[in-house]
Amino acid sequence: MSSPDTTEEGLVEESIESQEDLIIDEERDVLVESIKKDLGSDFIDSHVTPQIDIWIRVTQKAWLETARVLFEKYEMSFFNFLSAIDWKPSPFGRDMDAAIDNTDDEVDIESEMEWGVTGGEKRFQLLARVHNPVTNIGINIKADLEGDFPEVETWIPVYPGANWHEREVMEMFGISFTNHPNMVNLYLPTEFEGNPLRKDFPLLSRRAKPWPGIVDVELMPGEDDDETEESGEET
Amino acid sequence: MNLEASTQQLSYIANQASDARVNIELETEGMTLNLGPQHPATHGTLRIIVRLDGEQVVSAEPVMGYMHRGYEKLTEVRTYPQVTTLVNRIDWLGSFANEVPFILAAERLMEVEAPPRAQWIRTALFELSRIANVVLFLGDMAVQLGATTPVFYAFRDREFVLNQIESVTGGRFHPNFDRIGGIKDDLPKGWIQETKDVLARIHSFCDEMQDLVVGNEIFQTRTRGIGIIPADVGLSYGLSGANIRSSGVDWDLRRDGGVGLIHDQLDWKVWTHPDGDSFARYWVRLQEVRESCKMVDQILDGIPSGPIMAKVPRIIKVPPGEAYVETENPLGVMGYYIVSKGDLVPYRVKIRSASFNNVSITPWVLKGVYVPDVISILASLYFILGDIDR
Repeated sequence: MSSPDTTEEGLVEESIESQEDLIIDEERDVLVESIKKDLGSDFIDSHVTPQIDIWIRVTQKAWLETARVLFEKYEMSFFNFLSAIDWKPSPFGRDMDAAIDNTDDEVDIESEMEWGVTGGEKRFQLLARVHNPVTNIGINIKADLEGDFPEVETWIPVYPGANWHEREVMEMFGISFTNHPNMVNLYLPTEFEGNPLRKDFPLLSRRAKPWPGIVDVELMPGEDDDETEESGEET
Repeated sequence: MNLEASTQQLSYIANQASDARVNIELETEGMTLNLGPQHPATHGTLRIIVRLDGEQVVSAEPVMGYMHRGYEKLTEVRTYPQVTTLVNRIDWLGSFANEVPFILAAERLMEVEAPPRAQWIRTALFELSRIANVVLFLGDMAVQLGATTPVFYAFRDREFVLNQIESVTGGRFHPNFDRIGGIKDDLPKGWIQETKDVLARIHSFCDEMQDLVVGNEIFQTRTRGIGIIPADVGLSYGLSGANIRSSGVDWDLRRDGGVGLIHDQLDWKVWTHPDGDSFARYWVRLQEVRESCKMVDQILDGIPSGPIMAKVPRIIKVPPGEAYVETENPLGVMGYYIVSKGDLVPYRVKIRSASFNNVSITPWVLKGVYVPDVISILASLYFILGDIDR
């Protein structure tokens, strides 16, 4: 966790945390419990931010089943988006502006993986969101994927709008979808090599010349400089 | 060897010839029509490959990527304040509205809230960029159906709105004005009165469009009953904004979303239309411009005094976490999913843009329509290419 910059921010955080204890979001809690019951052992973890949002994590094989349950039973009829997250830290330095690259030692990088809300186990996580326009509750669904070039079932039978999103995920992350009718590149040329949104895909323009705007975040004299060291920006 | 090859060739040619004869005798010959990438109906460079049977569309396949700029990758190497410069270019006609959900998501992660005055000015600019965006649509759809006059009126009156945005932010199209914790500057002197005059102009523009376009018999025949999208199909494709409200879904994030902006303190109405055709989409957008004018009018009367920036650290580091914030942008629901690991730069940003989902329904909705209706449907779905390709 980050340390608050000033004492005042610390106070704000504390007050919000105590508020969160007070706010009980029954509607969302009941919903999550009910989904948990429906999915059984395929339901791994959940997180509810009261009055704001829900996250659930399911297994890879229950990916399509989750969509079906949410669509049919909970009337999450609005398809919002489908994407993925690559949790492997970039081998090109944390900010991609670091003067020295991290070594390309796979083992170190793997052990450094940190997951976000609802945790995780694998490098690639699918991320999708559906929404119920009547009750106005949206839900984020995550699923861990096995392997370096994972395969997962398509959502098209339930949400036809997932078609293009899945093609985008395929070309950007190298995750392919089984039973997809048209699994070809959406944006990139057919002969393009690599998956640009993977963290180990280099942004070549940035490698050739560091982004000049990064000097904007240099510290003013007199401010404490412990932040510069950890972010590693040497210009 | 040679003989075998030539026999194969001959039988192939014979097959082809017999196929062609069947085509001549039994059905009309299929034809492939390449719409775009430079067609005026595409607002940029969208290419649609349309397969025709006579005048009827058999299948339509959009081809994207002519303008893909890779913003999701670029945000991973920009600091949070630098990202607003990028996202301005997503929907370039209503660009201020693009910054708002990103800033709100970052604010949610940082647990900062903008002071009331900043929120009111934000909402005013948000609605002004909606007006600037949709006014152009109101003229542009008419010009695609063959009426050249309305688009000149639209460009003329949009300029006044852009002037007002420019005099606050300094940019006509790319304001880059929203900040984490507030906005960059306060309003200039005399802006409120000037904006009121502009709103009066937009009101009369809407009345003109009502007479010139909506009341026009040719316009009605070319749009009524054309490109009907049922509500459930639209929702499952992720259609949003006026496109889904014109299918009778009463859902507007300005009223129902409840994040960061002050629409809930204003008196306005969400318009819907039961038909779901091209005409309904035009009609709903026309009403929405009027509602936006009403909203801005109320905001101008009620802007509270006070600071415009909350207290935020000079170097913005967003605490680790994930947040998704969406707002009702001119083109539909736009959202940003931010994954932060506590660095100066976001770890991953997923940009959910409205047009991407709105256009993904085209293969479904264009099936079986006639060629002139393709233009009418594409125009009424109203997309911006930057919003599809990102």
